[in-house]
Amino acid sequence: MTWEPVIGLEIHVQLKTRTKMFCRCANVWGEDPNTRTCPVCLAHPGVLPVPNRRAIEWTVKLGLALGCEVAPRAVFARKNYFYPDLPKGYQISQYEQPLCGPGRFVVPGPAGDHEIGIVRAHLEEDAAKTIHVGGAAGRIHGAETSLVDFNRGGTPLVEIVSEPDLRSAEQAKRFLQLLRQTVVELGISDAEMEKGSLRCDANVSVRRAGEAGYRTKTELKNMNSFTFVARGIEAEVERQIATYEAGGEVVQETLHFDPQTGSITPLRSKEEADDYRYFPEPDLVPVAPPAELVASLAAAIPELPGARIRRLEQEIGFDLAEGLVTSGRDRLYERVEGDRRAVANVIMNQLAGAGVDTERVDPAELGRLIEARERMPRTVFDEAIGRAAEPGFSAAPYLEQQAVSDAGELEPAISAVLAAHPDQVAAYRGGKDGLLGFFVGQVMKATGGKANARVVSELVRERLGA
Amino acid sequence: MAITREQVLHVARLARLRIPEGEVEAVQAQLGAILDAVSKVSELDLAGAEPTSHPLDLVNTWDEDISRPSLPREEALANAPDPAENAFRVPSAG
Repeated sequence: MTWEPVIGLEIHVQLKTRTKMFCRCANVWGEDPNTRTCPVCLAHPGVLPVPNRRAIEWTVKLGLALGCEVAPRAVFARKNYFYPDLPKGYQISQYEQPLCGPGRFVVPGPAGDHEIGIVRAHLEEDAAKTIHVGGAAGRIHGAETSLVDFNRGGTPLVEIVSEPDLRSAEQAKRFLQLLRQTVVELGISDAEMEKGSLRCDANVSVRRAGEAGYRTKTELKNMNSFTFVARGIEAEVERQIATYEAGGEVVQETLHFDPQTGSITPLRSKEEADDYRYFPEPDLVPVAPPAELVASLAAAIPELPGARIRRLEQEIGFDLAEGLVTSGRDRLYERVEGDRRAVANVIMNQLAGAGVDTERVDPAELGRLIEARERMPRTVFDEAIGRAAEPGFSAAPYLEQQAVSDAGELEPAISAVLAAHPDQVAAYRGGKDGLLGFFVGQVMKATGGKANARVVSELVRERLGA
Repeated sequence: MAITREQVLHVARLARLRIPEGEVEAVQAQLGAILDAVSKVSELDLAGAEPTSHPLDLVNTWDEDISRPSLPREEALANAPDPAENAFRVPSAG
């Protein structure tokens, strides 16, 4: 009998407001340690928090994009625990009355839409950054002392919790990528996993196909790339299946995935860590987002990535549409005229492959290149692509370098290639059609990449088909 | 309202408080008395009453997202018992 993974994600998004959540220290990344602090974010006695209006608005905006209900009344709450990165001994978060309630986020997939339930999206303050020194590098265990940098302490963080509606690691990754692109386009966060401005934990369990209810779940912490999220979930799903099949039981625990070794190790026991004794933050009054504000935020939400994938899919198929949209490259795609598939392919495969910044590419010039690409020598086209983002780039000088399409000019090279490879010629005539590409490649090589590949292909086929 | 000995010890552990063995019973009685006092509220008919999260009848007190100067680092670290490398050095939280 087969097993079905059941996955829910908890995603933290760092908002790129100018200032912190409850004080007006600058919210910046990469500054010298402890240069962006004040009595509020250092938790000196007697200070009071003042919420950041923009952070509240952006959380509402994100909630709307996730199809969430915006709460008429939201309350901040204290989450109590002791850790050096939390100077007050509690984190100001939200508990029973988050800003954004249940929602549904549509994730297009190759086989139709998948609706992922959103439990909530709430606003809280981030913890400080802790560097562990004196022990094994990078990992919490084994360190002797910690250095705390409070620049990040108290910066605004949105936590998004999904329903356990995801059924594979691949689906989880797709959901996360689409969510990231949505956040980026709303202009509320850089959402870069490597920098920690987008963080993802996964709740993972498995069950027998068709089984009702859920089994015990584990929590995989802080995987810092899309690939690691997928690999971590896959590894944990396999571990749980193996546990059950060996007659064992899965224990509820928090786990750390090591992408280097692919191993999964327990972080800490859950029972005690989870007793946070939440209560309403007495230093803050409730938030009641005014209806006009919610309406104006809703009106300002642009066409979202999920909808654009569905729209572009009609023209270029799902894979290219998803690739373009989740990388933000569809902006260029939509501005370049010409054959849709060719444009999408060149942007996704060639431009992206050459590391070209698509935001700096002139769409008209790129359109000219793509239109002419079959008549150009491949090497010339590649060179042009590599330079497409340079200031003042023009396609004109490259278009002048036509590929050799004249049969008379190409025949000698084709004859030489066929004569040099009698075995392949025989195999091709014997039905190995795939060798056509080999012959074309050899002719391209012989002509220094100047031949028109499409014409060569036709000529070779004529010669061998006779 | 009764509070058990185990609950007292559990809350004490969460709050990082060490309660001498001889005092647990006294704390148990005191916490019980506080809970009793608070539970008087439940004698009222509270159907339809919103929980009060704040005594002031105010919403939406917030500030614009405009930065103000932070503390100079020396001042920020002035109260740190063991500063190092421009940071607050603390025992490792294992």
